Amino acid sequence: MKRARVAYGGAIHDAVEHGAGVRLTDGRVLAEDAVVWLPPFEPETIIALGLNYADHVKELSKELTVTAKDEPLAFLKSPGALIGHRAQTRRPADATFMHYECELAVVIGRSAKQVSRADALNYVAGYTVANDYAIRDYLENYYRPNLRVKNRDTCTVLGPWLVDAADVPDPHALALRTLVNGTVTQQGNTSDMISDIPALIEYLSSFMTLAPGDVILTGTPDGVINVNVGDEVVTEIDGIGRLVNTIVGDALFGR
Amino acid sequence: MRFMLEQSLAQPTGEPLATEASAEHWQALAAADGSTFLPPTRGTVYGTLLNHRDALAALEDQVNAAPYKAPPKAPILYIKPRNTMVGHHVPVVVPADAPELEIGATLGIVIGRTASRVVEAQALAFVAGYTVVNDISVPHASVYRPSMRFKCRDGFCPIGPAIVARALVPDPDALDIDVAIDGATVQRSRTAGLVRPVARLIADVTDFMTLFPGDVLTVGVAAHAPRAQAGQTVTITIHGVGKLENTLVAGGAE
Repeated sequence: MKRARVAYGGAIHDAVEHGAGVRLTDGRVLAEDAVVWLPPFEPETIIALGLNYADHVKELSKELTVTAKDEPLAFLKSPGALIGHRAQTRRPADATFMHYECELAVVIGRSAKQVSRADALNYVAGYTVANDYAIRDYLENYYRPNLRVKNRDTCTVLGPWLVDAADVPDPHALALRTLVNGTVTQQGNTSDMISDIPALIEYLSSFMTLAPGDVILTGTPDGVINVNVGDEVVTEIDGIGRLVNTIVGDALFGR
Repeated sequence: MRFMLEQSLAQPTGEPLATEASAEHWQALAAADGSTFLPPTRGTVYGTLLNHRDALAALEDQVNAAPYKAPPKAPILYIKPRNTMVGHHVPVVVPADAPELEIGATLGIVIGRTASRVVEAQALAFVAGYTVVNDISVPHASVYRPSMRFKCRDGFCPIGPAIVARALVPDPDALDIDVAIDGATVQRSRTAGLVRPVARLIADVTDFMTLFPGDVLTVGVAAHAPRAQAGQTVTITIHGVGKLENTLVAGGAE
């Protein structure tokens, strides 16, 4: 099952995929562009991974001071940064390098503490697509990646669907890609993660309790490029979803 | 979160809702029967790094060397996830791999209404009140890219006992903070003279990130944070805001 949360007719609805678009729980069937798409669930703790694809590590190697790593580079984001499918992300006028990151997002389904790798996938409720923008102009070397780079309003796109884990037989065999204005600019496969999903759940739950609604953004492969105002950015993972976003400028925000 | 906070909002464990009473009432209740409390808010907790001039000064010339390469410019923030939040009098488990924990006593600014692109002169109007936060860490030297293992353990963010209404804290930039371990004072600091005082901090943070009602933004921890071990009781007193007390207990192997 593919599940969504949408706003329609003055209320927020749970919905499921339908051949014509979405079907609300009350039975109404609506076209994709007739509803406002929200993140497909309401995340609590949001954990993101840096440098979890070997080719992306190489891509960023010029700015890295640490090359060998013995534990995943995990950091936190907050729910306020999230927007849904078909929404707009603001590119500040002074930014010179703002890039997307197509990521498989793993949604935790039940409380997880000290879970073993072998058992880890039993704690996954489902999967969705994340586009986790970064604005590298604001990078500072304290608590990297600092929130001004990675936790800005409108800069984490999530959706369209929460796909039940039962419908994803192998989350490590999914092709993913990003298209900017229809041209493929980033390609990869979830088989190339350095720390795979069971390893991430084992690692995180070794020191903190994960809870239902927590989500892990599992990192992005090589191929991040600058995007500009007016660009349509599509992050896509086979079998999970196709997440559309548009870059807009300061003027829309009255800046 | 209620924006119209007049007294002090808290929720003793077992009570169905957070309610308002005087700060003295909550303190007396806790003292009388050892009541434990829930965190007085469930919003996102943002920690602020190096906002105390002495904490920044303690890095000395390191800020200009690798890996930092320059002093901080914008506010440096981090997030304490929800598994870290516990209330007053709730024991905090010391992980088996950490012989002692760093006690990060700080003032928590509790947001009362949605704050986006707030200007400094109006920033305090977005504050519901203030609370006491113990931003606990496994001691670590580098703040370049700290592991989540240092700050995100279960129970590593005691908060409370209550949110004290903004109107009852006339100057959040002139509060004395005392930390005691087993009753002996081990650190005294103040919220005066911060790199970014409360209103400035809210303005600079909300320029790029909206703060929502119930969110907590700490003003940061002073230099020379004390350490405590399992079996010890940590009491953080922010005069005019509250007294937050938690005992550290030994954990099993993790």
